[in-house]
Amino acid sequence: MIPAKFDYIKVSSIGEAVTLLDKHGFDSKILSGGHSLIPAMKLRLSRPELLIDISGISGMDGISEEGDKIVVGANCTHQKIASSKLVKEHLNILAQTAGCIGDVQVRNRGTLGGSLAHADPASDYPATVLACDAQIIAEGKNGSRTIAATDFFQSIFTTALADDEIITSVRFPKVANGNYQKFFQSASRFAVVGVAVVKEGDAVKVGITGVSDTPYRASAVESAYDGGSSAAAKAVHGVEVMSDHFADAEYRSHLAKVYVKRALEA
Amino acid sequence: METFIGKPVKRREDARFLKGAGRYTDDIKLPKMTQAAFVRSPYAHAKILDVNIEDAQRGDGVVAVFTAQDGCGTFGVPCGWQVDFKNGETMREPQHPLLAKEKIKHVGEAVAIVIAETLEQARDAAELVKVDYEGLPAVTDPGKAMEPGAPLVHDQWSDNAAFDWCIGNDRTEVEAALASAHHVTEMEYRNQRLAPNAIEPRSYIADYDVNAGKWTLYTSTQNPHLIRLLLCAFVLGIPEHKVRVVSYDVGGGFGSKIYHYTEEALLTWASKEVGRPIKWTSDRSEAFLTDAHGRDHVVKSRMGFDKEGKIVAHLTDEYCAMGAYLSTFAPAVPTYLHGTLFQGVYTTPLIHLNVIAPFTHTVAVDAYRGAGRPEATYLLERMISKAAKEMDMDPAEIRFRNFIPPFDGVEQAGYQTQVALQYDSGNYEAVLKRGLEMLGYEDFRKSQIAARKNGKLLGVGISTYIEGCGIAPSAVVGSLGARAGLYEVGAVRVQPTGKVSVFTGSHSHGQGHETVFAQFVADKLGIAMDDVEIEHGDTDQVAFGMGTYGSRSLSVGGSAIIKSVEKILEKGAKIAAHKLEAAEEDLEYAEGKWTVKGTDKSISFGDVSLTAYVPHDYPEGLEPGLDFSSFYDPTNFTYPFGAHIAVVEVDSDTGRVVLKRFVACDDVGNVMNPMIVDGQIQGGVVQGIGQALLEEVIYDESGQMTSGSYMDYAMPRADDVPMIETDRTVTPCPHNPLGVKGAGEAGAIGSTPAVVNAVVDALSHLGVTDIQMPLSPQRVWKAMNNGR
Repeated sequence: MIPAKFDYIKVSSIGEAVTLLDKHGFDSKILSGGHSLIPAMKLRLSRPELLIDISGISGMDGISEEGDKIVVGANCTHQKIASSKLVKEHLNILAQTAGCIGDVQVRNRGTLGGSLAHADPASDYPATVLACDAQIIAEGKNGSRTIAATDFFQSIFTTALADDEIITSVRFPKVANGNYQKFFQSASRFAVVGVAVVKEGDAVKVGITGVSDTPYRASAVESAYDGGSSAAAKAVHGVEVMSDHFADAEYRSHLAKVYVKRALEA
Repeated sequence: METFIGKPVKRREDARFLKGAGRYTDDIKLPKMTQAAFVRSPYAHAKILDVNIEDAQRGDGVVAVFTAQDGCGTFGVPCGWQVDFKNGETMREPQHPLLAKEKIKHVGEAVAIVIAETLEQARDAAELVKVDYEGLPAVTDPGKAMEPGAPLVHDQWSDNAAFDWCIGNDRTEVEAALASAHHVTEMEYRNQRLAPNAIEPRSYIADYDVNAGKWTLYTSTQNPHLIRLLLCAFVLGIPEHKVRVVSYDVGGGFGSKIYHYTEEALLTWASKEVGRPIKWTSDRSEAFLTDAHGRDHVVKSRMGFDKEGKIVAHLTDEYCAMGAYLSTFAPAVPTYLHGTLFQGVYTTPLIHLNVIAPFTHTVAVDAYRGAGRPEATYLLERMISKAAKEMDMDPAEIRFRNFIPPFDGVEQAGYQTQVALQYDSGNYEAVLKRGLEMLGYEDFRKSQIAARKNGKLLGVGISTYIEGCGIAPSAVVGSLGARAGLYEVGAVRVQPTGKVSVFTGSHSHGQGHETVFAQFVADKLGIAMDDVEIEHGDTDQVAFGMGTYGSRSLSVGGSAIIKSVEKILEKGAKIAAHKLEAAEEDLEYAEGKWTVKGTDKSISFGDVSLTAYVPHDYPEGLEPGLDFSSFYDPTNFTYPFGAHIAVVEVDSDTGRVVLKRFVACDDVGNVMNPMIVDGQIQGGVVQGIGQALLEEVIYDESGQMTSGSYMDYAMPRADDVPMIETDRTVTPCPHNPLGVKGAGEAGAIGSTPAVVNAVVDALSHLGVTDIQMPLSPQRVWKAMNNGR
């Protein structure tokens, strides 16, 4: 478990990181918590020549209230999010999501920005950022831009981020009535199925992770929603469902319906 | 005076373990030490067309690169147990080369070793070795390996069988009894392949001292002397007295560190070639691919019953995977450590087991915690519970009807089984009664009915096991094909001040020998535990020992130490009698001193010790010194037994099993340290739960392992298990001095079928009669919904 040779630079500003990223392109990788990147490097599945460590950039690990929004810095660890008073009060669904990632050691290292940028199809956050209609703030050589969560996840391990862009923060609307329900994979504790539900009046927003190679908004569920949970039957409508030895497509589809139902009823 | 036997004395070794101060092989750094990395095959079965090492040899910091074309190419590691075909044909025993030469036979097989100044350089250079393979079709399932036309693992033989063996009564007699039985229960299933997963991966340092002409091998092994013997006499042909094998702290073994692995021999050979020490420590990926695995039996079984639910006959056929090569004890595991336990705790009058052991394009299968006995127990305990359901009997009642009646092995003779063994002592009814009482079985059955009405899927599962351990009389295992003896050595060296050093051939890799052995030595000598030190794991310190496996340390290793303690006291009495000017027979020994009976004249153990080493005023003709070594070869195996009961709840929507309670009532004979026994049982139970619910090594059709990391291989975690409730009955072993039976494997043997029986019980009203292990949520959900 020894990675291939690489260079390492710890930057102190986002501008510095963007410049390096722009210069080195595919040969470089942003290092935040490193909980997905470092194991891949140790197995030599990933062999960047340069690691740009952004964990020392000041001001990127804050959590603040901005009007009707909660802004979470990309460098916030899962543990910080799960235990934040502000998040628990105004955005409990996010605290709940962060709190069921991995175990305490993982939560103390892994970060929100790192997890979203990695876009593992079995990670937990995507369901919640989708259901919350969060906005992902990214900075690149052309400055800062805002990406809607629904536009962010493009396919397996692929996002809307340009090659020179880094997530700096995520803006969440405050959520009064939402919850995240997860069926974990026994070995990795990643989500086999993760369902985030946000209720607003008569409407519901449903984000699903783990089921397809791209996390998605279950629009068929949302449009069939009648205040009860029967719409859960449409959880995998129009979706190509993944299959592995823990859950084949039939079982995973079933679990998606069960967990949408549980999230709608919670 | 403080005594220690039977008390929960805290483990002395834990102070260093908890502080991270253990002496594991990878912690050792020798001057001028180099690091090794292996080039391993990504194919399960392939021809090696070419190996080009030129670029690797030019790599930064590279000291040497070796392939099978070098001097090591002729060596192979041997198998330590021979099991022949029932028709008399000799076991098929392929050479297990240190590096693959012409053909690859499993994923992860080593093709080259790269030795460099640093580990990073070794890894980098290993990537520069270019191997040209021609991939071939593979077979990984033991059943499929015996189908006509299956790819051959070793093409010098016409099929993949290493041997075809049977045990028990005449097959036709058993068939006839089944044909006329009132009821026949049948099962077909796979006892899945498991990876042992010791927390410390295998680690070796070989160090050739050119001036002394001697080798030192530091190795994470469970039996340093056996490794030295195999390495010297059977692999490299180097003189045994020129080799020191050292195995200080070892972070778990579970069987996987018994065996002599190719890497140990190759490093030892290479250290002389390069003239420097070489270290190699497996990483977790290599551990999955190259540590010997456990289980992997494909089973087809029938058990016949009379009207009262008494077993009348049992017939089983199994395919038990050997892997690509025969690991050290591999042939013994599905045969003499498995078939010999088919009597279980029952009076079954007719038993027949046939085992075909095929080679497969996988890493070897060998002993893994329980080694053959968990597989036997799983079969018997699933079958009898399934029969109870089919015959509409209570699973506890059917067991009571079949139990062998109590016998202590003293007043009542041992129990002669149909499958070669004689049990030492047992009281199977008592242990199940206590287990049911701990659970509150009657009340549970009532609450189960109520729970079902509320849609809850609640189940209880019982398992009553026996195992054979304390392995065992050398003559017996020799007659069964073992190529080694199975005694143990224990030396007690009293220092002039009365402090005691004990040298044992047993090897602690987590069991707590330093504490337990000191407890009984201190008690027998009437001295403080602090005055006793236990040494193990160094072949230069300890006489030829056999190591630790098969729950044998206390019953065999402990008995050897007791023999030496007795010799110390016998000689000490002569010295004491001389000093006290009394006759030996007038002395009594208690609380660390010899006293002339009926007087206050006494001499302490310390004074006698000093006299032995300063023999100015000393018995005539008696040798100075107080230092004895003894070998103990037991007269029988020991037979611990117990009752394990699991309560589960199944999530009706998802199939996920939640263990609500686990009750383990075990009888391991006399108990030296109840805290350590509880710990051994609890750890074993959790490992057994791991097999029942979570763990599985999966090879795909092409022979790739798709479960080779903790992302895919599910280990039990603390939150997967409830508090394990333990209690014991005590039926002493009649044939060893401490009356102990062994506790290391019991938990893993009894627990697995209890959990599966509980899940099947929870779902029985849905028509579920069996589910393939591990009982993953998906499998349970599918079983519930297919109503199978």
